[in-house]
Amino acid sequence: MFKDLFRKQKRYATIPSEQAKKEIPEGIMKKCPNCGHIMIAKELEKNLKVCGNCDHHYSLSAPERIQMIVDEGHFFEYDTELISDDPLSFPHYAKKLEADREKTQLNEAVVTGEGTIGGYPSVIGVMDSRFRMGSMGSVVGEKIARAADRAAAKGYPFILFSASGGARMQEGVLSLMQMAKTSAALERMHRARVLFVSVLTNPTTGGVSASFSSLGDINLAEPRALIGFAGRRVIEQTVRQKLPEDFQTSEFLLKHGQLDQVVHRAKLRETLIRILDFHSGRDHGGYN
Amino acid sequence: MGTTNGQLPFEKPLVELREKIRELQKFTQEKSIDLSDEIKTLEEKARRLEEEIYGNLTTWQKVQIARHASRPTTSDYIRHIFTDFMELHGDRLYGDDPAIIGGIAKLDGRPVTVIGHERGKDTKDKISRNFGLPHPEGYRKALRLMQQADKFGRPIICFVDTQGAHPGVEAEERGQSEAIARNLREMAGFRVPIVCIVTGEGGSGGALAISVGNRLLMLEHAYYSVISPEGAAAILWRDAAKAQEAAEALKITAQDLEKMGIVERVIPEPKGGAHKDSAGQAREIKEALLESLHPLLEMDGDQLILDRHRKFEKIGVYGTVD
Repeated sequence: MFKDLFRKQKRYATIPSEQAKKEIPEGIMKKCPNCGHIMIAKELEKNLKVCGNCDHHYSLSAPERIQMIVDEGHFFEYDTELISDDPLSFPHYAKKLEADREKTQLNEAVVTGEGTIGGYPSVIGVMDSRFRMGSMGSVVGEKIARAADRAAAKGYPFILFSASGGARMQEGVLSLMQMAKTSAALERMHRARVLFVSVLTNPTTGGVSASFSSLGDINLAEPRALIGFAGRRVIEQTVRQKLPEDFQTSEFLLKHGQLDQVVHRAKLRETLIRILDFHSGRDHGGYN
Repeated sequence: MGTTNGQLPFEKPLVELREKIRELQKFTQEKSIDLSDEIKTLEEKARRLEEEIYGNLTTWQKVQIARHASRPTTSDYIRHIFTDFMELHGDRLYGDDPAIIGGIAKLDGRPVTVIGHERGKDTKDKISRNFGLPHPEGYRKALRLMQQADKFGRPIICFVDTQGAHPGVEAEERGQSEAIARNLREMAGFRVPIVCIVTGEGGSGGALAISVGNRLLMLEHAYYSVISPEGAAAILWRDAAKAQEAAEALKITAQDLEKMGIVERVIPEPKGGAHKDSAGQAREIKEALLESLHPLLEMDGDQLILDRHRKFEKIGVYGTVD
């Protein structure tokens, strides 16, 4: 069984930077969607895609995130062969999948694998909101569950970056069940006393916020990310009242006790390294 | 006798035919004219029509039955199926959510923990129960009761019937996502049998939060979906009126879920739906529940956990590329 787990890994060291290059827009200038501030693309890259004026955190692709967090050249991707089917023959789904594969050069909305962060071996998952809004269907659920199982088997911490609109409608109730499947995998990992750090990035909503991404031993979020269960419009229709300005932002969740910290992207890698350092003792303190 | 009481649109021809039969019967009595041949023919016709209508329900018609105002709710089933029900309240953290009821009861003499969404009966009751749409404290009450069941080795029975978790400001503030997520994880790890029954609407995460069991049963006309048909239609076609098409596309019926391997057993309903005979429906549920529970009672805690994990590990459809 263990052999099976490792057989399919591929060397992946160069992919993040190659992917990242494709992500740079044709123009050399980039306009902040929040404040309109214009930055030279290269400067923006250097600033970890954070606006120099208003601190807006631009969305990152999965390869960009991996490049930013994982030690260079130390990422081995899992389960690259898994690809979505169209189990319900849902209108237009197959075509949309094809288009998103083309657009993102990814097979699905999550990249999982293992690598080192500050020298600490970790299992890492990164969702990519460009692929079907990062929604969770059978493949996303399966990849996350398998990653959690590998983390449990190896005793490596699992660090998962969420960016998702929720469960994927086009796979119907199969998508809904991925919430249970991923949470059950985390329960196995929990019993094995393996660290799970959930990093919620913009956006993390619906069935993803209501499953694995809320289950971290430590829950972190990037500033001003949209995080919530129900959609803003749905809530407005239900309550017929004006919602607070900061409603369903990282800061709102921190205030209401749902997050451990809101961490600026510039501090994210070092924060993760500190957490990994705290948990690096094999016996977790040895009281159990 | 309200023939139009709670009648669904697709039942109209049948209701009209029955009305006609009743008129003829009345006429026979009052005028002493023998119309028994005509009545017999019409009764036969009504039987055929009934077969035709109820034997070929579309997904949308099932959704209408699942949402029927007179459909039995969890409290009806608790009353009919169990004895000695003692309701237990509160999450010990914030409050008591009446949209979820729970407590201890006896099932054929055996103590069990029973939990379920409760939509309410009359208008006032429905409003006080928020129509069965739970807040985080509802899920946390459910979790507390399940932990209690786990501690004392009681099987857990969940009745699932909700449009979904409540979408609201306070629900978000108190961590609706976290409450649901935690239940999913914790339910996976309990050392007692868990049997869940979708009796009406299985509304997305709000339903899933009390349905991570060893066995999932569904009533014949219940549905279970990742999104409401109206919600899907609004996203897909920007037109909530296309809910019927969306319902078909989403494959949400008990029969669909059985084919996908998510539901282990479909429990038959009386012709026309559970609301036609609550007590009879409860008997059917009890029989299925006992049969589903029986093999689980033979398993120890480790086996039950493994059984539950295996069930969910398998769910999902995907392909591979080289």
